[in-house]
Amino acid sequence: MLKLYEVELGSRVLLGTARYPSPAILMEAVKASGTQLVTVSLRREAAGERAGQGFWSLIRDLGVRVLPNTAACHSVKEAVTTAHMAREVFGTSWVKLEVIGEDDTLQPDVFALVEAARILAREGFEVFPYTTEDLVVAERLLEAGCRVLMPWGSPIGCGRGLNNPFGLKALRARFPAVPMVIDAGIGVPSHAAQSLELGFDAVLINTAVSQAVDPVRMAAAFARAVAAGREAYLAGPMEPRDMAVPSTPVIGKAFLG
Amino acid sequence: MRVTVVGAGVAGLACAVEFAERGLAVELLERTQRLGAGCCSWYAGGMLAPWCELESAERLIAELGAESLAWWRDKVPGTVLGGSLVVAHGRDSGELKHFARRTERYEWLDADALAALEPDLAGRFERALYFREEGHLDPRAALAALAQRLRARGGEVRFGASGAAAAKSPGECPVVDCTGLAAREVLADLRGVKGEMLVVRLPDLSLSRPVRVLHPRVPVYIVPRGDGHFMIGATMIESDQATRISVRSMLELLGAAYALHPAFGEAEIVEIGTGVRPAFPDNLPRLCRRGDTLYVNGLYRHGFLAAPALARRAADLLLTGREAPEVMH
Repeated sequence: MLKLYEVELGSRVLLGTARYPSPAILMEAVKASGTQLVTVSLRREAAGERAGQGFWSLIRDLGVRVLPNTAACHSVKEAVTTAHMAREVFGTSWVKLEVIGEDDTLQPDVFALVEAARILAREGFEVFPYTTEDLVVAERLLEAGCRVLMPWGSPIGCGRGLNNPFGLKALRARFPAVPMVIDAGIGVPSHAAQSLELGFDAVLINTAVSQAVDPVRMAAAFARAVAAGREAYLAGPMEPRDMAVPSTPVIGKAFLG
Repeated sequence: MRVTVVGAGVAGLACAVEFAERGLAVELLERTQRLGAGCCSWYAGGMLAPWCELESAERLIAELGAESLAWWRDKVPGTVLGGSLVVAHGRDSGELKHFARRTERYEWLDADALAALEPDLAGRFERALYFREEGHLDPRAALAALAQRLRARGGEVRFGASGAAAAKSPGECPVVDCTGLAAREVLADLRGVKGEMLVVRLPDLSLSRPVRVLHPRVPVYIVPRGDGHFMIGATMIESDQATRISVRSMLELLGAAYALHPAFGEAEIVEIGTGVRPAFPDNLPRLCRRGDTLYVNGLYRHGFLAAPALARRAADLLLTGREAPEVMH
């Protein structure tokens, strides 16, 4: 079973809650995906005045764990402040830490990420850092106190799947015991299946579901793909080869002359 | 038969006019002192775009919106049924395809056809979606026109009047409550979705119809208001605080306008406004009967689009008892 910071989750799908046609459709998508953990982004203005209560109470009513994120934060200070607000609003020490370094690709600022992770971990937060596949950054994040990593598949919302499978495999192999969630860039269920086949523990999906023509149906499709990918990983996939290998032995074949 | 309508936003005014025209004696109560002061309708875009809305809304919205088009054309002078346009810049062309996949009743335009419709957009976009049957209006002028129409039919608008008095004397006449978020105590699952907008003045540029500029992060629409004015909107933030307009929101709105046409760089900022839309969890409007009061609420970002169709259903219910199951809760 998937275990993140000592909490066992029955599903390997994590679902983002942004940009659904309506909260009602979000709720149905959550059910269809089977997820037990949803991410929520906090706009600071809304947190400060308790103005987003309506939406947040809907999220709390979903009956699943909430992982607040620090989306759209560009500095250590912003991210830390947002994490504090999130802890207050949702009563959880979990935080998905995002520090954006580049506006076009929304690529994480890994330097600020490590710094913010260190501060938050020291304050007792359980940090889920949104990072790249870089091994050295991963090492630093773990040193900073993170016990889960969330490497990107490709830039947020682009739907391009796993941009660098080689790098992701290397990351997986380098830290076999650290739970890793592929975060960002998943576009279709086959991308999610591939992530699990490579040995990643879970995927976080948002746009691929929320912007689908039928989000609920797409959520169900992801649930199946993730389950299939996990099963395939456990079953031990074959290695690709450069030449054909007949699956039926030729020896003993009838001689047709 | 008498009826009291509470709340002079677009829902209340549409209901009041519909009731008056179907022979009811209407009194419309508004808690603020002037038209538009207390409602998010004042900040609306005024797009009558039922098929564009299919991009993110359910089919019911398109149906209510399509039905409402003729109502506006017949009752509010200045309603323009000149279609609407959807464009995206080169690297966002995928967004245009995605938009097309989720909507209907449009045609694809190439650069020349777009230039023929909107000469000032010539050479700026390679392709556009044209929703020929859609329209737009100026929400503020439309609210005033509805109030005037109501008075012409013998209806009364009372400003500074609380709906509480009406609700406390049940049985005398039915009350139709169109107070948006103020009805939250009764309609507990209402929530607020904040929107920020701005109005700019740019006499050099002319557009004849609303234009949506698609972008994966910040889709924005620009509605011509006549006399060189343009409304640019609108953000969607899960919040019920109708104050504070953030720099980020303004950057997004202005950036999109500038991307539509660099001439907007020279426009004068006339107004920045914010309102909070009342919405139910499914973002669909509802008629709800609670005791002697009929609530018309949850119009979300579809106030002008859907209010006439809801007003019709409310009138049917009052006059004939016929319920419209698609909106009754």
